Amino acid sequence: MVTEIVPASGWQAINVRELWTFRELLYFFVWRDVKVRYKQTVLGIAWAVLQPALMMLVFTVFLGVLAKVPFANDPLFVYAGMLPWTFFAGAMTNAANSLVNSERLITKIYFPRLAVPMAAVGAAIVDFAIASLLLFLMLFLRGVPPTPQVLLVPMIFVLLTLAAAGVGTMLSALTVAYRDFRYIVPFLAQFWLFATPSAYTRLPTDASPWLRWSIVANPISGLVASFRAAVLGEPIPWNLLGSAAILAGLLFLAGCLYFRRIEDNFADIL
Amino acid sequence: MPTAVEIENISKRYRIALAASRYRTLREALTDLAMAPIRRLRGSADSQVEDFWALRNISLQIQQGEVVGVIGSNGAGKSTLLKILSRITKPTIGRARLNGTVGSLLEVGTGFHPELTGRENVFLNGAILGIPRREIARKFDDIVDFAEVRQFLDTPVKRYSSGMYVRLAFAVAAHLEPEILLVDEVLAVGDGAFQRKCLRKMGDVAHQGHTIFFVSHNMGAITRLCNRGLWLEKGQVRAFGPVEDVVTQYLASSAVEGCEKIFDSSSEASPGSEYIRPLAVRVTNGDGSSRSAIDMRYSFNLELEYQVLKRAPDLRIGFTILAGDGTVILNTLDTDDPEVSRDPVPGRYRKRCTVPGNFLNTGHYFVSVGADFPMLRSHFLIQQVVSFRIEQTGGVGGHVADGRTGVVRMTLPWAVERLESRDRGKS
Repeated sequence: MVTEIVPASGWQAINVRELWTFRELLYFFVWRDVKVRYKQTVLGIAWAVLQPALMMLVFTVFLGVLAKVPFANDPLFVYAGMLPWTFFAGAMTNAANSLVNSERLITKIYFPRLAVPMAAVGAAIVDFAIASLLLFLMLFLRGVPPTPQVLLVPMIFVLLTLAAAGVGTMLSALTVAYRDFRYIVPFLAQFWLFATPSAYTRLPTDASPWLRWSIVANPISGLVASFRAAVLGEPIPWNLLGSAAILAGLLFLAGCLYFRRIEDNFADIL
Repeated sequence: MPTAVEIENISKRYRIALAASRYRTLREALTDLAMAPIRRLRGSADSQVEDFWALRNISLQIQQGEVVGVIGSNGAGKSTLLKILSRITKPTIGRARLNGTVGSLLEVGTGFHPELTGRENVFLNGAILGIPRREIARKFDDIVDFAEVRQFLDTPVKRYSSGMYVRLAFAVAAHLEPEILLVDEVLAVGDGAFQRKCLRKMGDVAHQGHTIFFVSHNMGAITRLCNRGLWLEKGQVRAFGPVEDVVTQYLASSAVEGCEKIFDSSSEASPGSEYIRPLAVRVTNGDGSSRSAIDMRYSFNLELEYQVLKRAPDLRIGFTILAGDGTVILNTLDTDDPEVSRDPVPGRYRKRCTVPGNFLNTGHYFVSVGADFPMLRSHFLIQQVVSFRIEQTGGVGGHVADGRTGVVRMTLPWAVERLESRDRGKS
């Protein structure tokens, strides 16, 4: 086995083979993140469900009932949107902080740095899996029959993961270079929620062009709306899904390539 | 023999910010961006950063099976070189090629998480070091036995004593078996017995024909373990060759000229722990004055002045005397003498160890001093802190300069007895 060490170059491709060699490490990082998060807590892994569930409650009561936002008074409707949203927001935020939190590791040992934000996204997937149990329960209680559209859910989820990984990876690299991003990211997540109305309501069909453009520009909007439609058996907004898919792919590539570009400097800056 | 490591003209530059912190804020970056065209027009240089070359034009060829001891004063670039070879950071100029699997130990317990148990951390740390899971499972019992923590395996590591932590961390790393091993002063932690264990293990690895880079200040360990020496000074190769030669050159030229070293106990960087701080180390002759040249006939003292900050019943202090080529002559501990009082209350003390005359041969010697809680933790360990010379001004062999070789030079008793002669008849 020969290792070549050369000076840093500009744009580098994503080294998939190397990531595959280090797949066990990726698994261990996810395992460690999940285990540590719930150790010493009373509720343990139940927190994975509680977070989106509580959000659902708050939105249903305050937005749906009190503020009378259309459709938001239906808990199942809201949860079907909150679940993918919490996954995206959680994955993105954890990925963004992951590099700075792994400072000791990165300055002491070699492994493909992409594994760090990817593992954060992986841990968020585990949380999603647990929280989706509640969704199944609610669907069952409401008696909503599964339609063939449910088969689209995995694909939509993969797109959502790509988007979260892309944004999270880019933010993680930016946070290493500019520490401001530590404070920007939570604010970004909050702002993004309000910019994704499909998380808690339906997109109006008679929207102004402005509104329509801003909704298309936010791929999470389309992905969340499609997720809910697929789960509840409603018509899928194909246009929205299509543009969201393309944007999600682009976000993923942009995030990873930017990361790889400045990856070589991490150990020096951290 | 194939070349294991080829290093070609490696240089590493760091940009040091002259102003305060390393982190950049967006505001700074944006204002820099805005000011850049103006600065360029005015022709003023970028006064915010300065170039620091941690390594310059390093070129080396290491054959397979060589054990290279990397020595040099602090800031010479030793750790930077290891970081580059470990791929943690990239060189600014130059390239290197490593033929074989690479393992690096720049720190023990990399990736250990305090909330996870010992067992879980062994697997996690193994994965981080690049050991496949199946191999860790196979070697698990060996690792635990080496670390001697079997009964604590299922307790979270945050409850471990620092000694246990270090032992477990090193145990995992010790079972990494790469063809090229890079080790950076990790042996600076732990107590004497543990360090010896680690050295022995590294010695085994070396004997199996693996190539090792070993960075350390401990000349005794370097001479014992390595066959080649690499002396780095200010980022450049000052010497590279057989280890005894390089170590002798290094010690001869090093700043360890004095027979006395006083520590500035007020500064943050001074050695010691919350229990004990060293104040001064001296080599003194019989009447107590510091001497760098000792007549070989007479005894002399190694003295440590120190301050005890907290009661420390198990505190142990020791000196090591090294020869000019880094070989360890002897270790002496205050526990060797049962008469000397221990368990001091807080205060300032001076401890003295007497080395007899007619013992060491002429030459240049170095002294290292340390204090620890045996088996638990080291409070400070200062390598080659003072030096002295043994000179012949009379002594054994009379007035004539008598070039006897040997590390020691003692007056030994001789006796003669006449045996019955046997020439009665040889039939």
